[in-house]
Amino acid sequence: MAEGKHKTRTIKIDTVARVEGEGALHVAVKDGVVQDVELRIFEPPRFFEAFLQGRHYDEVADIVARICGICPVAYQMSAVHALEQIFGVQVTGALRDLRRLIYCGEWIESHALHVYMLQAPDFLGYDSGIAMAKDHANMVTRGLRLKKAGNAIMTLLGGRSVHPVSVKVGGFSRVPRRRELESLKDELLWARDAAIETVHWVAGFEFPEFLPDSLFVALRAPDEYPFNEGQIVSGNGLRISATEFERHFAEQQVPYSNALHCTLHGSPYFVGPLARLNLNHDHLSPLARQSLDGTGLALSLRNPFHGIIARSVEILYALEESLRLIERYEPPPSPGVPVVVRPGTGMACTEAPRGILYHRYRVDADGIIREAKIVPPTSQNQSRIEQDLRLFMPRLLSLSDDKEVALACERVIRCYDPCISCATHFLRLELDRD
Amino acid sequence: MGQPRSHSKPRRSKLGVFKFASCDGCQLSILNLEDDLLALGQVLDIAYFPEASSDMGAGPYDIALVEGSITTSEDAHRILSVREQAKVLITIGACATAGGIQALRNWADVEAFKRVVYPSPQYIRSLTTSTPISEHVRVDFELWGCPIDKGQLLRVLTDLSAGVQPRLPSHPVCVDCKRRGIVCVMVAKGVPCLGPVTRTGCGAICPSMGRDCYGCFGPAEGSTQGPGLPPNTASLAKQFHQGLQLIPIEVLRRFRGINGYVKPFREESQAWEDVKREA
Repeated sequence: MAEGKHKTRTIKIDTVARVEGEGALHVAVKDGVVQDVELRIFEPPRFFEAFLQGRHYDEVADIVARICGICPVAYQMSAVHALEQIFGVQVTGALRDLRRLIYCGEWIESHALHVYMLQAPDFLGYDSGIAMAKDHANMVTRGLRLKKAGNAIMTLLGGRSVHPVSVKVGGFSRVPRRRELESLKDELLWARDAAIETVHWVAGFEFPEFLPDSLFVALRAPDEYPFNEGQIVSGNGLRISATEFERHFAEQQVPYSNALHCTLHGSPYFVGPLARLNLNHDHLSPLARQSLDGTGLALSLRNPFHGIIARSVEILYALEESLRLIERYEPPPSPGVPVVVRPGTGMACTEAPRGILYHRYRVDADGIIREAKIVPPTSQNQSRIEQDLRLFMPRLLSLSDDKEVALACERVIRCYDPCISCATHFLRLELDRD
Repeated sequence: MGQPRSHSKPRRSKLGVFKFASCDGCQLSILNLEDDLLALGQVLDIAYFPEASSDMGAGPYDIALVEGSITTSEDAHRILSVREQAKVLITIGACATAGGIQALRNWADVEAFKRVVYPSPQYIRSLTTSTPISEHVRVDFELWGCPIDKGQLLRVLTDLSAGVQPRLPSHPVCVDCKRRGIVCVMVAKGVPCLGPVTRTGCGAICPSMGRDCYGCFGPAEGSTQGPGLPPNTASLAKQFHQGLQLIPIEVLRRFRGINGYVKPFREESQAWEDVKREA
């Protein structure tokens, strides 16, 4: 295909589809060698960290939820944990369980959306989940019902699934009665079986051979799969608390994107379901463990395309965990613990569906936010996505049709379930073949 | 005898979903239709919905759903072309309808905002304001909410595809609480609830969860066009201040939130800006 002395080829994706938010990709190729890969996030900046300044701490959970409609609970959780650290508030027992439960709901909803509606169409050759439904109605219906089961947990605990209203510093504005939670059980038991089938289904997809050397980062707790708590650990031995995050991780701005790139000691790293599974598989619940073993895959999983398997295993884990938490639920004496405002700085990291989400707040003596910093999972994965594309591109260059190259690049990007709305504070592909 | 009548199926309405500055939550509400989503896909031709599909069908569209507010000059341009391609343009959610939470920049120095978030603010192109779609193009129907109520969305789409002019109720959330027998949180707990001035649509979620309404669905009846009176924000604000002992800045923040840039709420927060300055 290449003629002449220097062949430039530019591959452009103007809008990366089936991701949350807006972005583009620009790839420059010269003499068959990839020169440049730029993931351009043109989602307009929304300046959350700036307008949080001057707001009362009690408003933060409602405001930060609006960063992302797909994972509002993650933003609420990182926020309330960081603020509780400042005020010396401990949320334990049933209130802690309920926070874990609403987070399970968000993982189920977000993961089911990605597995069935956004990524499965790549493996089965469709443009969308809706188009896939024409030939695979049972699968799509199962996926939507799974997603609905996650939404049902969020709606019961939070009033609604998009931007729940009950999460607050110290606990909740209202906690459910035992029988309300029990009303979820039948559907969650169905969903647990559907999740087992999901793991089996996605494990049967055809995966490209692709084993980049990734540095995985996730939370790790002593005796449970991580949601709200744990130390930040990496595959190469990092073990720190959230208070030390900014001493190891740094956000850099690149001129071509509205999202900041975050690196660990200057290197790209990988957060999200695959990283969590690799670093926490010993804490999986029985059926999730069994289903993962049933895939015959050896840990750790390094192929980013296996993210869909990790995500499915986590749906199953979140369902087993939800059922366990519901089983042992006794309503707490009060929906929240008392909060006494004091000035200070607090940091927290929790596991959003797409990976670790870091928040830092400085609060004055009146409880007013003076400074806020938020590092979402997608800005952490962004450098890793670019590196994967650089490694994956050479095998695509034999394709003469730029459109096919672009589609293959989008598939790589979607492995990370990037959430571009979160990261602007994502995609058009431009492939420059020189 | 004339020609036999054709019984061919009527053409499906072509739908486009467009995103501007937003959190994607209202688009997610479309996917959250779950049970009705596949049926909707049969009634409507979902031609352009990049968040859900790689198949990006070109316009024109019978119905355009627009999420998000206008915050960049590119987007101020793009909305013109969406309008040109759409027979009916519907804004979905607080961002598109009122400017959204990011309209808080409208009271701030955006250059200073850039410096807070970005180390190299010169690369960031952004307008100094976040404005609703209706400030840029004609809007045929507005769906309020942060997020929108998926039941309201389904109703409006069903009405439109049946050729019916959609209508949604616009009374205050307060009425919903009375109807449902939810204990008034302002009376019982002394919290500054925006229910008396906020449009119905969510189902009074916040009071039912034991907390104050914070105005996700914008001002109640008559606050934009149409019949009725604007909500009595002044009276409610006075109650917050004198009855609940909120200081002026707290009253101001109450109205300057999710829908803070829409006129009745904007004017009320401005009034308390003045009270604060005099104090």
